[in-house]
Amino acid sequence: MSLTRQDVAKVGMLARLALTEADLERMTGELSKIVNFVSQLSELDTAAVEPLAHPLESRNVFREDVPAPSLSTEQALANAPRQDGSCFLVPAVLGESGAA
Amino acid sequence: MQPLALSAVDLVAAVQQGELSAVACAEAFFDRIAAVDGRINAFLAVNREAAVAQAAAIDARRKAGKPLGPLAGLPVAVKDALCTADLPTTCASKMLEGFRPPYDADVVARLRRADAVIVGKTNMDEFAMGGSNENSAFGAVHNPWDLTRAPGGSSGGSAACVAADMAPVAIGSDTGGSIRQPAGLCGITGFKPTYGRISRRGLVAFASSLDQIGPMARSAADCALLMETIAGHDPGDATSLAEPVPTYTSLLNEPLQGLRIGRVAEHFGAGLDPEVAAGVEAAFETLKAAGATIHDVELPHAKYGIPTYYLIAPCEASSNLARYDGAHYGHRAEPGKGHRAETGKGYRAETGRGGGGAGEYVGGFDSPLVEMYCRSRAEGFGPEVKRRVMLGTYALSAGYYDAFYAKALRVRRLIQRDYLEAFTKVDLIAGPVSPTPAFKLGEKTGDPLAMYLVDMYTVGTNLAGIGGISFPCGFTAGGLPIGFQLQGPALAESLLLRAAHGYQQLTDWHTRRPALPA
Repeated sequence: MSLTRQDVAKVGMLARLALTEADLERMTGELSKIVNFVSQLSELDTAAVEPLAHPLESRNVFREDVPAPSLSTEQALANAPRQDGSCFLVPAVLGESGAA
Repeated sequence: MQPLALSAVDLVAAVQQGELSAVACAEAFFDRIAAVDGRINAFLAVNREAAVAQAAAIDARRKAGKPLGPLAGLPVAVKDALCTADLPTTCASKMLEGFRPPYDADVVARLRRADAVIVGKTNMDEFAMGGSNENSAFGAVHNPWDLTRAPGGSSGGSAACVAADMAPVAIGSDTGGSIRQPAGLCGITGFKPTYGRISRRGLVAFASSLDQIGPMARSAADCALLMETIAGHDPGDATSLAEPVPTYTSLLNEPLQGLRIGRVAEHFGAGLDPEVAAGVEAAFETLKAAGATIHDVELPHAKYGIPTYYLIAPCEASSNLARYDGAHYGHRAEPGKGHRAETGKGYRAETGRGGGGAGEYVGGFDSPLVEMYCRSRAEGFGPEVKRRVMLGTYALSAGYYDAFYAKALRVRRLIQRDYLEAFTKVDLIAGPVSPTPAFKLGEKTGDPLAMYLVDMYTVGTNLAGIGGISFPCGFTAGGLPIGFQLQGPALAESLLLRAAHGYQQLTDWHTRRPALPA
């Protein structure tokens, strides 16, 4: 089983990872090799096996809904690449202009 | 009194009794770091000034007759995947370079409350993804036993700093072997407890159903001491277990007589280095001589551990690492060449899909915000992290989810069942930690798949959510440590520590130190 360059380009967009031509070239080969390797799981018949997503299954945890202090605005913004003292600043969400 | 030569248990006792000041203890380890870490690169940040001030406060409290915490004055190195409010936390990634967490990880807070002294943050594979520590954005760690070799990973800095006497104990994290494998390759003791035994709050998430924090030290006894402080329920981590924490140190000396130890044929198949096999077989003989009995058990799905792990871990990672978006914290790409802000036109129009030249990104972006995300992540993440994010995104994407992710979850259950079945016949399972001793730096970097196989004996523990401990059981003719691994059922921490301690009472491999002059 192998991936095409188009597959890898699409996954790059889904993963929000910008890729160069060289990245595409290298990753198409590497990911194909890895996908091929993990595909050996298909030799196992697992039709009657329930998936195990987590070692602690079907366990819910409740707590009292009590207000407690959380991070201040200042603390929350302290590591922000761009902020204005009350909000995170990002480039335009829509359209072509206004990159920040 | 020479602090570098003392066990953690003895250091804590010496400080409590006033035979050693916490300041003298801290200074000795910082001097050692200054003398040798230029050759090892185990630390990404060192906390000398604040740590010595904290040690002085501990000494003052002792002199005033006030009570001290159970780890008073004990220097502890912490993997850079755990949040520390007073030190940067980078996960050895450019993405988090300079990041200052707003809070301490639960484990770090517990260490501070116990009066342990945090000496610094240790190097690692970026976001804990790797088995050699070569994936660090801040340079590889060198194995103290042979500086041309890898220390293992991802907790390579924590393993190397203990092996080189730069700290008596360290904290690591283990998602598929990241504590046990570097401990094995560096000749120290590394303990991965049961999933949920230690809170993950403040551990930067890699694969949340597999990640577990644990102690790394020179001996099982020192690991037991640390466990009493760092294990336990945390309301801030819904997956942390509410089970009481035993006094592990008081349970260490029970005899090994009658202990049933399983030997798995699958652990001795293709790829196992003959010197490692011989060291492991000798350890079985030692355990037998101490009264344990050895039984053949089967883990029929063990060979599917690596492919299962390399679907589940990347899938969880691709989700966890989505938080690095350049908006809230971490690296943000500056508007640069080809960027809308500079050219005044759409990026898509400039390069065309698939038409970018070397160093230019191909394809287009839906908006300036998406462009910022994509470029920030491209610049901030290293090659292995990108590979795993891509693999996980692919395996979770429409049309592939059932064939890859859901399939891996079903095989994960088969792997867990194998362990449950085996533990009806034996108390513990023993075998090698890694197929080979420490390999050369650069030896596996060109082949991601070859690197993945270094964890072939350790990933099963994480997939099943159980505990495992590794410790040295000999040396190769070339002087490299050989690691031995014990795996136990869920919440069998006391038994694992006791068995490892029993072995260490009969052997002196764990007391050997590399020749690394100051």
